[in-house]
Amino acid sequence: MSIGLIYAVTGALLFSLGLYGLIVHAHLIRKILAFNIMGSGTFLVLVGLAQRGGEVDPVPQALVLTGIVVAVSATAFALILARRLYAANGRCTLPGEGEA
Amino acid sequence: MTRVLVGMLVVALGALLIWTMLGLPAPSGRVPALVAAHLNESGVAHDVTAVLLNFRGYDTLLEIGVLLLAVLGVLAVRLAAADTGGTLPPPPGALLRAFTNLVVPLMVLVAGYLLWAGAHRPGGAFQAGAVLAAAGVLLRLSGRLPALLPPRFWLRAGLLLGFAVFLAVALGVTVAGDSLLEYPPAQAGAWITLIEATLTVSIGLILVSLFVGAPAPPGEAGSRGGDA
Repeated sequence: MSIGLIYAVTGALLFSLGLYGLIVHAHLIRKILAFNIMGSGTFLVLVGLAQRGGEVDPVPQALVLTGIVVAVSATAFALILARRLYAANGRCTLPGEGEA
Repeated sequence: MTRVLVGMLVVALGALLIWTMLGLPAPSGRVPALVAAHLNESGVAHDVTAVLLNFRGYDTLLEIGVLLLAVLGVLAVRLAAADTGGTLPPPPGALLRAFTNLVVPLMVLVAGYLLWAGAHRPGGAFQAGAVLAAAGVLLRLSGRLPALLPPRFWLRAGLLLGFAVFLAVALGVTVAGDSLLEYPPAQAGAWITLIEATLTVSIGLILVSLFVGAPAPPGEAGSRGGDA
């Protein structure tokens, strides 16, 4: 098993872990965290799969760099929406989900 | 009960993903070879920067667009709220103040270095912008940076600068050449430097605004609640 493949497998594990957290946790901050873990897993898969041969592929590297910045800004927006929701009705969960 | 079911489904999905990855054919190496072959036409000497700003410049243009959308969303949510007064961070300790004094000039220097280094080694506008933003967060935490809200003209212009310059260059080379973001090889380096320098400023400002622009928690507006 090459190092690249180990990264990719770790990425798949993180993705699954994040997906589990996204579904089972009702609290929005936990959901946002879980979603970020899923995203990090995806980045690891992208970078890992491309360098299984031992050679670094700059295209997925650039793509992941782009993805990280987008993920950071989207996370900030999500956090602010969550805070607005909390300010509006004192809850940090989506309608229909119980308090975690 | 739901947790067990979800857990089982997620484990099955993870196993399927890993099993699929184990069976994939080895990467062909065609794309890295193409990048290496055309690196000298890109205007920069580092392959990731060449992909980001030249070969796949379209992605980066959309990326700064997404950043701008995120910050517009944050400002819109913030301005729609009544609490535009801004919250003050907690009073900084002496250590934080001294540390900020020491570190912020160095961070600006590092950002400049990263921007310059991007042309031939790992670095570039996004890393430099992130370091600038971290300096801004430190300034905010130590009480040096005002709430910035509602944004004045220069802040708005700074937020927009990177995207506007990138878009203008993209349109200019499209009109002059034959496809979007296809720089003439002779001037590619200069265009990329211009785009990266303006991107750095805008990314730093956007990330700081995302941090500073958070609405105050209820009951803490105008008091000493931290902005997160």
